[in-house]
Amino acid sequence: MTLGLINANPVVHVKKERVARPADDPHHADDVVDPLEIYDILSISEFSKIGDIRDPEHPYSLEQLSVLSEESITVDEKLGRILITFTPTIQHCSMATVIGLCLREKLKDCFPAHFKVDIKVAPGSHADEESVNKQLNDKERVAAALENPNLRQLVDECLYSSEL
Amino acid sequence: MSLAEKNFDLRELHKLEGHTDRVWCVSWKPGTGVGGVPAVLASCSGDKTVRIWEQNLATGSFECKAVLDETHTRTVRSCAWSPSGKMLATASFDATTALWEQDGDDYQCISTIEGHENEVKSVAWNASSTLLATCGRDKTVWLWEIMPGNECECLGVLTGHTQDVKMVQFHPNLDVIFSCSYDNSIKVWTDDHDDDWMCVQTLDETNNGHTSTVWALSFNATGDKMVTCSDDLTLKIWRAPGLERMQCGDGYAPWRHICTLSGYHDRTIFSVNWSRRDGIIASGAADDAIRLFAADGDEDEDKDKEEEEEGEDVLYDGPKYHLLLKKDKAHDMDVNCVQWQLPEVFHPSFPEKMLLASASDDGTIKIWELTSEAGLGEPTQ
Repeated sequence: MTLGLINANPVVHVKKERVARPADDPHHADDVVDPLEIYDILSISEFSKIGDIRDPEHPYSLEQLSVLSEESITVDEKLGRILITFTPTIQHCSMATVIGLCLREKLKDCFPAHFKVDIKVAPGSHADEESVNKQLNDKERVAAALENPNLRQLVDECLYSSEL
Repeated sequence: MSLAEKNFDLRELHKLEGHTDRVWCVSWKPGTGVGGVPAVLASCSGDKTVRIWEQNLATGSFECKAVLDETHTRTVRSCAWSPSGKMLATASFDATTALWEQDGDDYQCISTIEGHENEVKSVAWNASSTLLATCGRDKTVWLWEIMPGNECECLGVLTGHTQDVKMVQFHPNLDVIFSCSYDNSIKVWTDDHDDDWMCVQTLDETNNGHTSTVWALSFNATGDKMVTCSDDLTLKIWRAPGLERMQCGDGYAPWRHICTLSGYHDRTIFSVNWSRRDGIIASGAADDAIRLFAADGDEDEDKDKEEEEEGEDVLYDGPKYHLLLKKDKAHDMDVNCVQWQLPEVFHPSFPEKMLLASASDDGTIKIWELTSEAGLGEPTQ
């Protein structure tokens, strides 16, 4: 990327301690998808081999930048729908669409094919909220973007970078 | 007996497996599937290939006869047979459009058309198979003439859309181009007799149009009505009352919104196709379902009334449309394309079965038969 940093001094938050789920938790059947599980997939952890999804501009995880939180993920198990609402680090973040692409890519192989994933920026968190949301959920544009070598590389770097 | 009184069902006949990525589009080959000629279908996919499927007359099942895999280097987004049945056009995210011709059991790429800056999203033929229209991410529609030797000459680059153009179609019997876009509008383009093509009408929110991306459009048999589908979760029916005048070269007949079908879909509608035989509208959507719609009562009963319609302010009191059936879980994932098998004008013997093909993100194509307890009756002309 030849672009300068758009948000050179982001606020970095301490990573939350994960609460381990009791193995015998009766409310957590294996075949149930819950927000915490998705959150874990998207944002943890130091122990994960593949590392966090990075904000493309910063070597911090999306969790550290408060781009994602547990509350930003809702699951409708019955309808098979997942809604992810993320908060770009600044109002004019041009990387919002790349973050959205990363989230979608990372979730792609984690759930049964019939799950519908909608990705949006948090209300009021982006100057072009409507247009970002439209773009993030146009699957033809998403497909085309992921076939674009430059964008593909950027997404892969975000998804698979290993250094902290 | 009206369509409403029949008890319809959409029965899955065949599942065509072979593509290794989502299937974006299917196209029935004209002149096949009737008079003892086996039905032929083309499909295209995110796996960068085009597949040609042919029905085995003995078993009824569809077999993959050819995989066209050495021309496009990215997703093949759209495929369309020429109405003559002689050529197949395919549009790809690799910025090219390819023309194919059958050569024995094989298909040869006879021409590659370049011009778009990037992804080509749709390709369409005019009725006489002499013109080709393409559209894409560069917000333009290109018009091409097929010259002797299969060279393609660009007749015009149509600009006006402010975002990527999702689909382009020719009117079924006039050389008028229709395009729909991520900019939420549908544009109508005609030739001013000096070979200059221009936008003569824009259907958008200001004239009861869609409020989000318009993904597809389709015409009824006579071409005086058009249906469009959108990310705004509605289907809209449009009508051009003065089409006969236009066919005589007398000015332009504007399209008017006559009906919005809302409340039926709850995710993006990617595809809509109007049956030329029975007037049944099929839709394919991101909720994995296929829905069928039909007009209440007789579609033509308002013809006389509409002739009197002169002023812009007169509300058209035409037929309303209703849901005939909803096929839930038609596919495991999004339905990207639905396509009725065409009744072929050159073959007066209509196929006995009314077939619908659907293509999905699940990588499969399905062939459906529309059945009804009361029988489908005589086809309409």
